Amino acid sequence: MSSDGSDIERAGPPRVSVPPPAQVEHGAPLMELRDVYKIYGEGESEVRALDGVDMCIERGDFVAVMGPSGSGKSTCMNVLGCLDRPTHGAYLYRGVDVGALSIDQLALLRRHYLGFVFQGFNLLARTSALENVELPLIYRGMRARERRERALRALADVGLEGRAKHTPAELSGGQQQRVAIARAIVTEPSLLVADEPTGNLDSARTIEIMQLLVELNQKRKITIVIVTHEPDVAAFCSRTITFRDGRVEHDQRRSEASA
Amino acid sequence: MSALLLMLGSTVLMAFREIRRNTLRSALTMLGIVIGVAAVIALVTLGRGASQKVTAEVANMGTNMLTIMPGAQRRGPSNVTAAPLTLDDARALTREVTSLAAVAPTSSRGVLSVYANKSWNTSVMGTTNDYFTVRNTHIETGRLFADVELSGGQPVCVIGATVQRELFGADSPLGTSIRLGRVTCLVIGTTRAKGQSTFGMDQDDYVLMPLAAFQRRIAGNADVGAIAVSTVSEAQTNRAKQQISALLRERRRVADGQVDDFSVHDTREIVQTLQTVTGVLTALLGAVAAVSLIVGGIGIMNIMLVSVTERTREIGIRLAIGARSFEVMLQFLVESIVLCVLGGILGMLLGLGGSYAVGRYIDIPFTFLPEVVVIAVLFSGCVGVAFGFFPARKAARLNPIEALRHE
Repeated sequence: MSSDGSDIERAGPPRVSVPPPAQVEHGAPLMELRDVYKIYGEGESEVRALDGVDMCIERGDFVAVMGPSGSGKSTCMNVLGCLDRPTHGAYLYRGVDVGALSIDQLALLRRHYLGFVFQGFNLLARTSALENVELPLIYRGMRARERRERALRALADVGLEGRAKHTPAELSGGQQQRVAIARAIVTEPSLLVADEPTGNLDSARTIEIMQLLVELNQKRKITIVIVTHEPDVAAFCSRTITFRDGRVEHDQRRSEASA
Repeated sequence: MSALLLMLGSTVLMAFREIRRNTLRSALTMLGIVIGVAAVIALVTLGRGASQKVTAEVANMGTNMLTIMPGAQRRGPSNVTAAPLTLDDARALTREVTSLAAVAPTSSRGVLSVYANKSWNTSVMGTTNDYFTVRNTHIETGRLFADVELSGGQPVCVIGATVQRELFGADSPLGTSIRLGRVTCLVIGTTRAKGQSTFGMDQDDYVLMPLAAFQRRIAGNADVGAIAVSTVSEAQTNRAKQQISALLRERRRVADGQVDDFSVHDTREIVQTLQTVTGVLTALLGAVAAVSLIVGGIGIMNIMLVSVTERTREIGIRLAIGARSFEVMLQFLVESIVLCVLGGILGMLLGLGGSYAVGRYIDIPFTFLPEVVVIAVLFSGCVGVAFGFFPARKAARLNPIEALRHE
């Protein structure tokens, strides 16, 4: 509610219901938070999960969002992932003000530009890996054959050829997370949002998953934002943003993206 | 448009996947609808069959048959003072009422029939050959009465299948003499069996003889108990009734303003009464069965609500990867509709099969009504929409973040 257009230079944000690639602002950063607040409750029970956050994420960034529990990093991820809208302030995704979009428009934004990976994998139970990966393509209205081809390719990309028919219960944790990553990248999103993607994995599996994400970031130029509290995981990223009490405490960019 | 169709197609596909994923639960959920639809269809089909059977049997009693009996048509004790009908009445009817195809004066009495060492209590009826036309009765073996026999009053008879079976067993009765009370009588024919009527009466338990012989040898009077007539066509029946009434009022000298001292019964009335009864029964039982459909629908709603709660995380995933709320709603609605329609189809098959089996067992013809199939499927689809709507809306209103956090 605060963006007057005077504080930061703006090149006329396009007012489109669903931003198709051609109409979004190519000059603008991929994502930009301007003085964003997310406030739950009212009066004395008011909780400021985000308390005036400014940040800018460029294309190709590989960002780790860190911070203690309750620091607002998860809320920040929900806002960046277009699952939630800020109470105040502007979130510009490719120059489009997400706060002004309706719930269905947010859904379409997620459908076309975003991929999600969760800590608990969140695969559909009793459903084959292939069908899980096909799911986002169903909502894109893609035909069955093309859906299948792309899902198989995505599974191959994460190193799970030959596991297409397996259900989550028949796969290890690492494999399940790979299926989840395949599901996230099968739509070729420009942004991958991962919430504690390695939280349920041992260190060997963590390294494998992180290497896969690094590869996706470098070869496919997918922008990745990872929420984590493990420094080992953050070490894989090229940039670390640390939250404390709903504000950005540190924003550190590394020249070498290796630990 | 094509994108919407494609999405609908994949929604139906997802619904089938979901139903397959939870086969046992889906089957149990469907059971309510299956039983409801099966009950409705079985009752409607059996009811229709029963009504058809009644119609067929009354038609079997005689085509377009009217029965004229002395005594006013009223409830309570019959008018014993009414004069009996006469053979002349029957002749007058034949002569003057043009819409009649056959006129059969009848008179009957219960007798003990005896052949060799076997005896059988039956009723003997004196009548003419027209009786066979009126009652739609056919000769199985032998012949009808000859004119000489009809006028001369010779003791000959045609026996029904039951009498034949009881007295002769498998032997041919033609040419043998049986005793009817104190009269010895030559068997000249047998009639084709009609079987039991809907009312449980044996329609083959009789002996027919020429009216003249009956009056002279058995009854000992010239009375005619009843006159059975059949009209040329069903359309003529009402006119025939009026004509008969007018003629008999005149012949029996019933003054204007007085009620008839005779009555004309129409078999169609019996059909109509019976059809009303079976119709009411069918409707009543159908309504009870329809209640079970509603109960089945509530079962669907219950399971769908549980399913929405249980699959909250899944809904969260779907919302996160870009499903719009109406697509989530559509998914659950389609799931409920698919469950109900599948249940409806299964119930329909069960109902049709069941009514076929039961119909065979209790001897009711099986009638397949195509509209019942359409109604059953449409109705169960509607049950799916009605009871799936609330759970589907609940699913659609979930917040993706909270849904994903749900344990």
